[in-house]
Amino acid sequence: MKRQALIGTIAGLAFATGPATAEIMAEQVAFTEYGEIEQSLSGTPGDPAAGREVMASRALGNCVACHMVSDMSDIPFHGEVGPMLDGAGDRWTEAQLRGIVANAKMTFEGTIMPSYYKKSGYIRPGNAFTGKAATPEQLETLLTAQQVEDVVAYLMTLTE
Amino acid sequence: VTAFGLGTAAHAIDELVINGEEKLVTETAAPAHLENMSTIRSGWTFRTDETKSLQMDDFDNPGMIFVDKAIDAWNTAEGAAEKACADCHSGPESMKGLRAKLPKWNEDAGEVWTMEMYVNDCRTNRMEAEAWDWNSADMRNMTALIGLQSRGMPMDVAIDGPAQSTWEKGKEIYYTRYGQLELACANCHEDNYDNYIRADHLSMGMTNGFPVYRLKQADLVSQHNRFRGCIRDTRAETFGMGSPEFIALELYVASRGNGLSVETPAVRN
Ligand code: HEC
Ligand code: HEC
Ligand code: HEC
Repeated sequence: MKRQALIGTIAGLAFATGPATAEIMAEQVAFTEYGEIEQSLSGTPGDPAAGREVMASRALGNCVACHMVSDMSDIPFHGEVGPMLDGAGDRWTEAQLRGIVANAKMTFEGTIMPSYYKKSGYIRPGNAFTGKAATPEQLETLLTAQQVEDVVAYLMTLTE
Repeated sequence: VTAFGLGTAAHAIDELVINGEEKLVTETAAPAHLENMSTIRSGWTFRTDETKSLQMDDFDNPGMIFVDKAIDAWNTAEGAAEKACADCHSGPESMKGLRAKLPKWNEDAGEVWTMEMYVNDCRTNRMEAEAWDWNSADMRNMTALIGLQSRGMPMDVAIDGPAQSTWEKGKEIYYTRYGQLELACANCHEDNYDNYIRADHLSMGMTNGFPVYRLKQADLVSQHNRFRGCIRDTRAETFGMGSPEFIALELYVASRGNGLSVETPAVRN
């Protein structure tokens, strides 16, 4: 825990853009022309174990609905809509993975993969899975800034 | 398929033969208007052998219980006119062929009508009885009974003439990426049929078997309820059952299945 806090502080200092734990709001995320996000969204390093949970949970990322991950074989029912994620940590940099998780459409034009850190631009957005319209206050990003960081940290561990 | 998935034991049953005598078309050439697919397949072809076989014998098909209930309703006088369906239409077999053509343009009404609308028109105007709710058990049962009369006939809805603009509206809905997950019908049922999405084996989302008996719900499910569920799962605000949007979508989706046999009441998981 202590070590994490320290890394967080150093990362914050390195960017030197306000407080160490400043969260970047969905509306303010800066993508490079290739869809990468260079800066941590939460300012706090991601926790791979928490990220793994986010990817498995139907209520959170539910990434395994579309992706197979060998390291997650304890979780039942992996889908096949997206590519297998084994080796994703070799194929992509952290900034690229952050961009893909936050808004994959910036990396893969028109992709079917949902955007997990975005708040606007939807057609008939609903209030979660109720089928009812979402009021602007109800419309949250699918994952929090920290959850995106956690997922990215986990994806970085997927090396071959 | 994945080592983690449900396991797809090679499907041994590949022909849908009902009661050992009636062979249905579950795979055929796509209708000309379909740009991105060359072959269309019924939802039946995507199910496990266990589910498939339930549809092959009317004694095993749990949907038939609901059809029987509708036969009783067919023969029961209701409303101020004290008439039953049977008084004007004789037996349900008089409805043969109708399901394959619905939804269709109704000249008098000046709009596209689904089976539910025809049934309620008779109930309110001819029987002087209460309309049935779109998704009520009475309505689902009756549409199953009427649909069954066309079982085995090829779906053949008209998409041109006065129905064309409704069809185009339905097509637009089919390709619109709704909700916070930004998924269109086409993303799942055109781009990814035969793939698993979590535990679900994605079909082409055809409607030739509706209303279908769903094992998960242990009941008949109407088309609009299915549409509603699929849109809700994209974290979207759905359209209402019986809404103009879903009527248009029903016509468009039906037309994607033109050429497949009517399977009503199909069995799905
Ligand atoms: C509805 C389907 C779907 C969901 C849900 C989904 N993805 Fe994807 N994902 C895709 C598809 C499809 C691609 C391939 C990109 C393309 O060409 O469209 C992809 C690509 C990726 C890639 C790059 C693949 C590689 O290794 O080259 C990563 C990493 C990824 N997704 C991670 C995730 C994570 C993490 C989540 C959950 C937080 C997630 N995905 C949820 C469909 C999905
Ligand atoms: C008093 C007579 C009467 C009663 C009772 C009646 N109908 Fe009808 N029904 C008609 C007439 C007349 C039509 C229009 C036929 C036409 O336009 O070809 C019709 C049309 C229909 C159609 C559309 C058929 C088509 O080919 O377009 C359906 C479906 C239908 N009725 C179902 C029912 C059901 C179900 C009931 C009972 C719940 C019922 N009807 C009760 C007289 C009746
Ligand atoms: C996120 C993925 C997804 C989206 C988007 C989606 N569906 Fe589905 N749909 C499913 C799943 C899963 C099933 C159940 C398995 C199957 O039959 O494909 C299903 C089933 C169906 C069925 C029943 C098929 C049968 O044989 O019983 C129909 C019809 C259908 N969908 C139509 C639609 C329409 C129309 C839309 C758009 C309004 C839509 N779906 C959007 C996932 C989706």
